[in-house]
Amino acid sequence: MDIDTLLSYEWSMMAPEFTILLVATALSLIDLFASKNVDRKHFGWFGIGGIAVALIFLISQIGHEPAMILANTYRLDAFSLSFKILLLLGSLLVLLMGVSFEAKGELTYRGEFYYLLLTALLGAMMMASSADLITLFVGLELLTISSYILAGTRKKSKYSNEAAMKYVINGGISTAFTLFGMSYIYGLTGSTNLADISREISNITPANGQVLLSIAFILTFVGLAFKISSVPFQMWAPDVYQGAPTPVTAFLSVVSKTAGFIIIIRVLISIFPFTQGFEENTSLLHSLMIFLSILAGITMIVGNTIALKQRNIKRLFAYSSIAHAGYLLVPFVAFSELMFESMWFYLVAYLLMNIGAFAIIQVMTEHNDSEDVSIFAGLYYRRPWVAIMMTVFLLSLAGIPGTAGFIGKLNIFIGALFSDPSRYILAAVMIGTTVISYFYYFGIMAQMFMRPAGSATQVRLPIGVTITMVFCAVGTITLGLFPGVILEFFQTQFNFAEMFY
Amino acid sequence: MDWLTILVFSPLIGILILSIQQAEQKVTISLTGILATVLPLLLSLVVYAQFHGGGDLAISHQWISFGNGIFQIDYELGVDGFSLLLLLLTTIVSTLSASVAAAQIKQGLKAYFLWFLILEIGMLGVFTAENLILFFIFFEITLVPMFFLIGRWGFVEREKAAYSFLIYNGLGSAVLLILFAAIFAKTGTTNIEELKTIMGSGNAVSEEFRFGSLLALLIAFGVKLPIVPLHTWMVRVHVHAPIAVVMIHAGILLKIGAYGLINFGIGIFGDQFVKVAPFIAVLGLINLLYGAFLAFVQNELKSVFAYSSVSHMGIVLLGVAAMNEAGIQGAIFQTLSHGLIAALLFLLVGVIYERTHTTKLRSLGGLAKGMPLAAGFLLAAGLASLGLPGMSGFVSEFMAFLGLFESMPWLAAIGTIGIIMTAVYILRAVLGVTYGKTVKSFAGMYDLTRREMIPAAALLALIVLIGVYPNFITHTLQYALESIMLGIGG
Repeated sequence: MDIDTLLSYEWSMMAPEFTILLVATALSLIDLFASKNVDRKHFGWFGIGGIAVALIFLISQIGHEPAMILANTYRLDAFSLSFKILLLLGSLLVLLMGVSFEAKGELTYRGEFYYLLLTALLGAMMMASSADLITLFVGLELLTISSYILAGTRKKSKYSNEAAMKYVINGGISTAFTLFGMSYIYGLTGSTNLADISREISNITPANGQVLLSIAFILTFVGLAFKISSVPFQMWAPDVYQGAPTPVTAFLSVVSKTAGFIIIIRVLISIFPFTQGFEENTSLLHSLMIFLSILAGITMIVGNTIALKQRNIKRLFAYSSIAHAGYLLVPFVAFSELMFESMWFYLVAYLLMNIGAFAIIQVMTEHNDSEDVSIFAGLYYRRPWVAIMMTVFLLSLAGIPGTAGFIGKLNIFIGALFSDPSRYILAAVMIGTTVISYFYYFGIMAQMFMRPAGSATQVRLPIGVTITMVFCAVGTITLGLFPGVILEFFQTQFNFAEMFY
Repeated sequence: MDWLTILVFSPLIGILILSIQQAEQKVTISLTGILATVLPLLLSLVVYAQFHGGGDLAISHQWISFGNGIFQIDYELGVDGFSLLLLLLTTIVSTLSASVAAAQIKQGLKAYFLWFLILEIGMLGVFTAENLILFFIFFEITLVPMFFLIGRWGFVEREKAAYSFLIYNGLGSAVLLILFAAIFAKTGTTNIEELKTIMGSGNAVSEEFRFGSLLALLIAFGVKLPIVPLHTWMVRVHVHAPIAVVMIHAGILLKIGAYGLINFGIGIFGDQFVKVAPFIAVLGLINLLYGAFLAFVQNELKSVFAYSSVSHMGIVLLGVAAMNEAGIQGAIFQTLSHGLIAALLFLLVGVIYERTHTTKLRSLGGLAKGMPLAAGFLLAAGLASLGLPGMSGFVSEFMAFLGLFESMPWLAAIGTIGIIMTAVYILRAVLGVTYGKTVKSFAGMYDLTRREMIPAAALLALIVLIGVYPNFITHTLQYALESIMLGIGG
């Protein structure tokens, strides 16, 4: 590759990524040379500004013709654009929370939080845009390694250290699975480029390589299950969520999970629908969906039932987030026309309700220096508006009408029953476990409204976290009452046929 | 004018005004709370007048589109005779319940009214929704405020009752949601009128699907109605929820089950319903007798009336199962009549509890001496409940059984035992409390205050009105009934 080819690429496509890269590099350098007395909170605002600029660049790209640069390894299409919006928005809100984060007894010096968050975001964005297994993997590792460190940033907390350690070990194993799976794909097709793979893969017949390809599918998915914290790689979530600082937990549960879904969709949909399945006239993806369907069902059951027993609010939300990973797999398993829309909408809803809830959890855990659910006792009588916003988030997580969570679930449901064949059992598991989830979501609400207040002092509400909370609450309700606002935007702006080569 | 939307969301005005008031100002809050429920009452009367004036009330707006138009959910409201009557019942009982609450709820009155008004939005929406998804949304909205109203302001085991309410109803609505989503996915619409045509024509979906749907409806609304053995949560709620909430619960929320069964069960799946009618009649019989026998052995006034509700809902099932005009009309009458009677009974239980701080039958007796008016009302309500001619209970039971004798004489004959049993357990409880031996004398006993008198008198007047002049209901019901009968080919 000479310099002319390099210059001929349409680099403006990567403007959002470059912005993030630039800000992250700048922050890490400033952190290195600035004196220790400089308040690192300014880094946060700088990072927020950077993400906002990247978001503007990204929005200006909407409607761009699908294009690839860097020898067909980096791709801009409706899929990458629509999901990158979520990544950027999620990170923006998490950073807003982060500038207000003050753990007691911890170092105040924490510039690394801001730039590691940005590099993690960069990795996630690369995953959304990559059209090659290698680029995909590099993005994945950039995200994952940044997250390992982020989980361990509460240096004096033994939980945080434990979290980072568990995260690294589990992450390492799952990465090995993914890579192993990908190596089969490479072996069968001789390429790492997704476009080439999807062309080559149709040659594979039941007699010739189908078994290997099925193994590749299973291994790749199992490895990637780590990122979305679904069964069989969900065990890390409770420990890491509990140990990591709250903004990092929010980041892992929303942005990192979204990135996980992005990579799953990209890899599995680019490869497996184009090869013959176990029966005539079906694709391999279709034949193997039963496997995903079982895992999704178990994920929902495990997440929701174990959450019932949790007293620690962050662990509880870890199990809740496992359950949501299960819900989010349902549209993928159903694979109907509504799939992208269901997943995208639910991820938007999940982003709003979960980050909003974590913003409040952060305020409450800091104030009380405890993570037991009883810290919410009597919140309504001390801070009625905070309690009402938390109620909105919890109702949305539980899927009660009037909130974005309900519309998302309804969309998933209709998709699951509309698909051919209808996924009745999976839909039934989903709604059955949703009812189980009422127990713990309403348990928190019962604390807020029905118990006497534990502490008399007033909860402090810093500006960053307040903006996050209000934005998320308004968003959750708006999308619950008028989902047309973004559904229409999604349907008119993004054409997912572009995704295929 | 879009009267229905204004009616459904009119409690919002009260919510907004309440939310800016100080929690300490009890008097203004209770006044606002009551007035906030008067507004929907007046609006429902406007709607009633419009309906009879031949005005077109139905409205429809585009709302959500999934999959770029593959699935379209509209915001559609409308009323027929049956739902109009239930709307009136809702607004009337809500206002009365609010006035009871203002007197009886001692703590957190502001929060109470906020939840209560949200509940009212849900209830009004349920009866006006013209498509299944919208119906479901309003149905679910009633769950959340009920959870808090029971759990925060109830009696001893309030939280347990609240969770029990939440989980049973949550499961019921889960079944409902699966069903509605499946219908939507199969037919592409959830509009009730369109579904009646689609399901009636017989080609669009398979027979199995329709039977399955009807079964799901029976389970979902069976939880709400309730049908034995899905009734345990309901007894718990009756006993442990605050009285004003029980008035709403027994008076209106249980009626959603009957409304759903008649409107969707018969309305949409009429042909299948005919085939399962004997089964439903048996269920109704079990409800009637089981409720009556258990009401007889209870030693607590609230439980007696709770099981009495179970028993009376059995009559709704029997009337529906008759599958003829008299039967269905009886079921609808029973729905409305029991709403009023149950509200009155629990209002009086609340009055008694205020003075005596007990509802144990053993400790109560001879109250007629200390509070003659209250005792008189209780006796009247009891008589209405056991179906004394001249009261609403008689008209509904008479018609339901008339219908059933026509189609299933044997079951109807067994059912009459239930009517006798009703007289036995009502009289045992009510006579004991009012005229029985004075077991304990309660200090500070006083009769009905004016504030308690007005709602009690209003309810009793309505009960008598329906009993003496049922035509004012049949007049409204006429068209709705005809369309139901058309659906089952009768």
